[in-house]
Amino acid sequence: MKAFSYERATGVDDALEMVAQPGAKFIAGGTNLLDLMKLGIEAPAHLVDINRLGLDAIEPTEDGGLRIGALVRNTDLAADLRVRRDYAVLARALVSGASGQLRNKATTAGNLLQRTRCPYFYNTDMPCNKRSPGSGCAAIGGLSHNLGILGTSDACIATHASDMAVALRVLDATIEVAGPGGARRAIPIAEFHRLPGDTPHIETTLQSNEMIVAVTLPPPAGGTQIYRKVRERASYAFASVSVALVTRHGQVERAAFGGLAPKPWRVDASGAVDDVADAVLAGARPTPDNGYKLDLTRRTLATALADAMRLEATP
Amino acid sequence: MSDRLSFTLRINGAEHELTLDPRVTLLDALREHLHLTGTKKGCDQGQCGACTVLVDGRRINSCLTLAVMHEGDEITTIEGLGTPDNLHPMQQAFLDRDGYQCGYCTPGQIMSAVAVLDEIGRGVPSHVTANICAAPPLTDEEVRERMSGNLCRCAAYPNIIAAIRDVSGGAA
Repeated sequence: MKAFSYERATGVDDALEMVAQPGAKFIAGGTNLLDLMKLGIEAPAHLVDINRLGLDAIEPTEDGGLRIGALVRNTDLAADLRVRRDYAVLARALVSGASGQLRNKATTAGNLLQRTRCPYFYNTDMPCNKRSPGSGCAAIGGLSHNLGILGTSDACIATHASDMAVALRVLDATIEVAGPGGARRAIPIAEFHRLPGDTPHIETTLQSNEMIVAVTLPPPAGGTQIYRKVRERASYAFASVSVALVTRHGQVERAAFGGLAPKPWRVDASGAVDDVADAVLAGARPTPDNGYKLDLTRRTLATALADAMRLEATP
Repeated sequence: MSDRLSFTLRINGAEHELTLDPRVTLLDALREHLHLTGTKKGCDQGQCGACTVLVDGRRINSCLTLAVMHEGDEITTIEGLGTPDNLHPMQQAFLDRDGYQCGYCTPGQIMSAVAVLDEIGRGVPSHVTANICAAPPLTDEEVRERMSGNLCRCAAYPNIIAAIRDVSGGAA
């Protein structure tokens, strides 16, 4: 691991000042950042520890939604009774990701900012435009069975690894951001993650001198909420395909997908399985290794809707 | 070399003064600097669970966190759970049920198992909890899912589950 200096922030403005120095990064849960630092993929010169900032409350908003502090741990968010009752798709998505140990550490903001698990991003002996801009993409033409089929580019076919973000996308969450000089702005989750284009190393619209302070959920969407994840083992693995669904009367009302794209993939379609599947898969660009994701997406959606209908039938 | 930092860690009820490079993980601080070698280093990347410890009662991977970040926290390692003369019930159950073969993953398994029963008791849901709004049931399926962050290459899993079920009050 490259050497770095360390300091602990005590407030948001304090933290923003500390992170303004060259090569500085925030550390919260650290479960992704430290893993990448050990491999030399991340090499901050300075770490600003924000774990003691507070920002760990889950509070009702005036319009009937919920405001989740940036440092709320994944375990605590999934266990919150309001989340379990009113935003079940979020609780389900959270507990389908990582392990109990990691969820105890991982934060709401950090989960959104986690990097891809593309094997070529992790392998520092191979070219990767995300890790080393302009070096090329070893995944294209390489082993790509678990990489993206939607929203990818000729520079990068990596996927976003988060389950939580897929649920936040289907719930239309908003990311609250603090910047220098007391600046505050809100970023709809649809605009938070960027597509790779020819700059896959720029993954979000968050600036390096900004900080996520909260994620806000609108009032409950109602309906029946499902998160269904297909992976290569029963637990503790990233999604091959996942779907976050809100259904009503046996029909899809809203759907977002994970495991397919560089960002949580929301599709503006509703109704029957085939209509939604056709809409999400329009424009898909599978590699020779991952064409199976086309069928798997359709079948996962169908199974998730069947799950929802069973739940709807349960009093 | 980074500038060294001086700080205090509270481990198993005792304070330890340390002066360490900020790069030192909590795992390496425990093993290499405090010689508490019960906590094991397996993968060193958060995948195997051998390094599991409790911080303020919650299980974490000690390999994926910096020691300096834990000033003021209450850290519990396998050495603080019980002693050879006074085993924690989970340690005794692993012995009774032969919940290991080589034993390398065992401290992590035991720390995780203690936390799993606490999490179920606090109503934390899991991926296999059917009714996410109700208290999670104490079943083999729940225990298996919740222990998925602890690998055992000897595959002592059936006996690990049996040991945990002994402590939790028997089979469903």
